[in-house]
Amino acid sequence: MELKGKKAIALGDRDGVPGPAIAECLKSAGAEVVFVTTECFV
Amino acid sequence: MDDAVIKGAGYILAHVPNLTYEFGTTQVLERLKSPESPYLAKMKEHLRTYEQALAYPPFQVYIGNLHPDDLAAIPRPWYEGEKVRAERAGRYGEIVPEDEFYAWMLLVDTFDLVWLDEDFLNELKPRLEKHPLITPPDLKKMLNGKKASDIRTRVEAGSAAPLYLGERLVGCVRQAHEVDDTLKAHVMAENMATKASAVLALRHLLAQTGTDPKAIDYIIEASEEACGDMNQRGGGNFAKAIGEWCGCVNATGSDTRGFCAGPAHALIHAAALVKAGFFKNVVVVGGGAVAKLGMNGKDHVAKGLPVLEDVLGGFAILVSENDGVNPVIRGDSFGRHNIGSGSSPQAVMQALVAEPLERLGLKLGDVDKYSVEMQIPEITEPAGAGDVPTANFKMIAALAVMKKEIERADIPAFVAEHGMPGFAPTQGHIPSGVPFIGHARDLILEGKITRAMIIGKGSLFLGRMTNLFDGISFLVEKNPGRKEAVGADEAALKKLIASALRQVAAELTGGEG
Repeated sequence: MELKGKKAIALGDRDGVPGPAIAECLKSAGAEVVFVTTECFV
Repeated sequence: MDDAVIKGAGYILAHVPNLTYEFGTTQVLERLKSPESPYLAKMKEHLRTYEQALAYPPFQVYIGNLHPDDLAAIPRPWYEGEKVRAERAGRYGEIVPEDEFYAWMLLVDTFDLVWLDEDFLNELKPRLEKHPLITPPDLKKMLNGKKASDIRTRVEAGSAAPLYLGERLVGCVRQAHEVDDTLKAHVMAENMATKASAVLALRHLLAQTGTDPKAIDYIIEASEEACGDMNQRGGGNFAKAIGEWCGCVNATGSDTRGFCAGPAHALIHAAALVKAGFFKNVVVVGGGAVAKLGMNGKDHVAKGLPVLEDVLGGFAILVSENDGVNPVIRGDSFGRHNIGSGSSPQAVMQALVAEPLERLGLKLGDVDKYSVEMQIPEITEPAGAGDVPTANFKMIAALAVMKKEIERADIPAFVAEHGMPGFAPTQGHIPSGVPFIGHARDLILEGKITRAMIIGKGSLFLGRMTNLFDGISFLVEKNPGRKEAVGADEAALKKLIASALRQVAAELTGGEG
């Protein structure tokens, strides 16, 4: 998937990958991260 | 100073499908957004009976009738059919039905807020009389009913939260203030349920361990609720309010909070208080979270499952002075997620698991069992959150691969050996590390394992005060034997003194010569 120039939101999981880590990956792939959060699903 | 020991653990569940429907946050929000919600209409068909809840294998593990590893051998879905004996009483506590739980809420209410229908209480009386933990004075208070019409008037006026059994209104929890949101009827119902489930857990703990309630000198409550008023929203003190109903007249106490990690923090506080000699018998106790009932209900209903989050959990753990027998909370074993630790899964597991073991010269494989977030997987999987305990065990196994303790191919075997299937309800602090303490204590006393690591994790970011994560861990180990250890230390000390005296004598003699 081409992420360059796309707007992205990062939704992380407390027991999985946190939002900021996903955001870093998205940024390095050229996406513009407009919202980052980590949620707890339990 | 000797490490503190775990002298016993009590675990209870209260099966409360009507509280789930009325007060669970998911249902409350749905009712606000769309009162004619198809989900709410359909949900009632998906609520389990008490008998179905008793026959749910993970619940039988939670109250101690089955070992966690037994679950691995029971084919899923666990909610279908009767795969285990449906027992109310367990080694660590019981699963109480909703009607009786309402009577427990009435019992622990000291402000005439819980009203129950007198006819309903008369019907309940024969069962309450038989309960081993209900004393004659308790029963007298529990049977103090009100007229059904008075209850209905309060509920219809909106000044009381309803307590239903199916379509029958059997009681209510009244507001404790007319305008204070922290004392409104819904909040009082939540807090009363938390308190009642904690009281039940603590009474079971005291009964099981044969502990005189008067011997308890400190109580730490570690749920995720807040009691207070508008000027001090989380003022507390649940701990003393709970101890008051368990005969702990010589105890003081306080509340400790840390989201789901609260109980693990509280156990460390308890161990430290005992080890330092401040108190001899400290109880860590937590009641259930009404808000989380039916939290994933929409997914369960949409996928044709029963609403599996229909129980309140409760636990109570007794931490005491070293008796040379019971497993110790090892005082040098704490793993901490510090403010600067970082929140990536690897950083978290490094801080909580790898670092304390490295410090003690132990390998990851030296811990027989890890207790992490022990949520029942078939509750979280339909909602897309996966099998939480297994995900945690895999991260620990991955650390073992990084440290070259095991091969990558050995991860599944490591997870099976050092982990276990999740068996606790999704009640936040209830499944976080602590559900395994009763089992760990028994397994250590039986000589089947020597060491378990208890890990608590907390989602601090939910309170919007910090984006930080939280976690804390400790080892529970076989008791090294107090008397022998003390004896050896005394002998060594005497030798040292004797040797020093001889040296002084020799020097003095030499000086004279």
